[in-house]
Amino acid sequence: MSDHEYTPKSKAGKWFNDRLPLLTLANHLTDYPTPKNLNYWWTFGGILTFCLITQIVTGLTLAMHYIAHADMAFESVEHIMRDVNYGWLIRYIHANGASMFFLAVYIHIFRSLFYGSYKSPREIIWIIGIIIYLLMMAAAFMGYVLPWGQMSFWGATVITNLFSAIPLVGEGIVTWLWGGYSVDNPTLTRFFTLHYLIPFLILGLVVLHIWALHVPGNNNPVGIDVKKPSKDTVPFHPYIVIKDGFALLMFMIVFAFFVFYAPNILGHADNYIEANPLVTPAHIVPEWYLLPFYAILRSVPDKLLGVVAMLSAILILAVLPWLDTSKIRSAVFRPLYKQFYWILVADVLILGYMGAMPAEGLYLLIARVATAYYFLHFLVILPVLGLKERTIPLPLSITEPVLGGSPNMAMAKKKESKLE
Amino acid sequence: MSDKKPKRRDFLFTASYAVGAVGAAAVVWPLVDQMNPDASVKALASTEVDISSLTPGNTITVLWRGKPVFIRRRTQEEIAEARSVKMEDLIHPEKDEDRAKNPEWLVMLGVCTHLGCVPLNDKGDYNGWFCPCHGSHYDTSGRIRKGPAPWNMEIPKYEFVNTNTIKIG
Repeated sequence: MSDHEYTPKSKAGKWFNDRLPLLTLANHLTDYPTPKNLNYWWTFGGILTFCLITQIVTGLTLAMHYIAHADMAFESVEHIMRDVNYGWLIRYIHANGASMFFLAVYIHIFRSLFYGSYKSPREIIWIIGIIIYLLMMAAAFMGYVLPWGQMSFWGATVITNLFSAIPLVGEGIVTWLWGGYSVDNPTLTRFFTLHYLIPFLILGLVVLHIWALHVPGNNNPVGIDVKKPSKDTVPFHPYIVIKDGFALLMFMIVFAFFVFYAPNILGHADNYIEANPLVTPAHIVPEWYLLPFYAILRSVPDKLLGVVAMLSAILILAVLPWLDTSKIRSAVFRPLYKQFYWILVADVLILGYMGAMPAEGLYLLIARVATAYYFLHFLVILPVLGLKERTIPLPLSITEPVLGGSPNMAMAKKKESKLE
Repeated sequence: MSDKKPKRRDFLFTASYAVGAVGAAAVVWPLVDQMNPDASVKALASTEVDISSLTPGNTITVLWRGKPVFIRRRTQEEIAEARSVKMEDLIHPEKDEDRAKNPEWLVMLGVCTHLGCVPLNDKGDYNGWFCPCHGSHYDTSGRIRKGPAPWNMEIPKYEFVNTNTIKIG
């Protein structure tokens, strides 16, 4: 922001800007120097902003028709689907939008893991991101409860009961969360309130996330520090705006496919049955984006330890910048880490699959091994790898591998082009 | 600060913070407590159930405080099975005699003590109940035998009003 002083051209602009420097902010955002080697994995920040705005806009319009009452919620959702003008469209965008939001956030997180974006000096960006992710899960869970179908009801029952694992005060906390002795109308109304609130909390955190990003600037696929502004950077507008815009269009094609051709494929059929406190569906599964954590919960045979393991699996990410002892950011220059990275990706996918399967026999065994490996990756492999790994020499600038140089640089270039 | 005696102003600061903290807590408590069960929820404390039509080997499920309650009229084999179990084999040791005062009638909350699902009747490895959510097995006395649930299914407060009616709560 302090790279150069900005003065608006018009007299009125200058007058306004002297009193509230909004134009200086706008100028900072358009001129913001960005590494010129950012690849398409870097476009998901913009895509996520789009997802948040989409959820807020469709959510606001749905709230104009939805009734948060145990006797009427299910019917009001059907009313939205059948009677409200374009209600089906808005609801399908909102419901699938949650899935698209998580799809994008997982790509965004795994991009950060591959290129070491969470490392110094970007730890605060990363931690704010993890808080946003936690809030997203809370918002998604409470949103899933609102239609008051069977999965809504029993999902709410199972998740709120996680708190009963807390010794001594657990039962009291669960009763307090429910506002009764089971999930019922008081639970539904407070979930609706919180579901409405959380997106705006996320919006505030997104501002902090971007602010914290603009202090050191973007990481990049080579993972070395970039002098800015310099020949290594391009202004955010128009270069990154166009690239983000193109990626967003591609993303919207996938989004539209789900909304128009398979709007219910990511949901569960049981949620079109109204909530019944006397009958638990034969097979309770959360939405797909929570399955890996669900698998971890179920793989531990003890109630309290299962809950602890599941929460640790998420919270361990917050201390990742200190668990990873390697000074090298990008996996491009870390041949061993790169392999462990892909094993972790496979491990999380396996956990997700096991979370969707019944917790018995071979499924349970595989889920246990995958759970153990998940923690092994963060607690043992990452700290040790940073000290033992023989990394590939870094180029001096992000321009160097492109313009050619020493044999090592050629190798880096080859590795990088293979990646993209 | 440390080598000086506390002054009148330090005392005023400490006193102000203390009063402020008490005031804040007094304001926060109603905002927290409003989420606890309200008077109308607490008022639905008891339910009477007619059990005259229940034959041995069958279960009825009734709703009490928003939760299912299983009332099972057990067969002689089920009672014998429940009473022959050794205490060492139980995860949460409780005698069947203490759980079912009248051995033919088992009245318990049909809520899995793991994460609150409703277990299925006549299922599982112990001929009692099986919870489909995370695979907890309960025996014919509703005691946890296998799986992640930590305790036996809870026995609510109940009494026989007469031979045909049970009052729960």
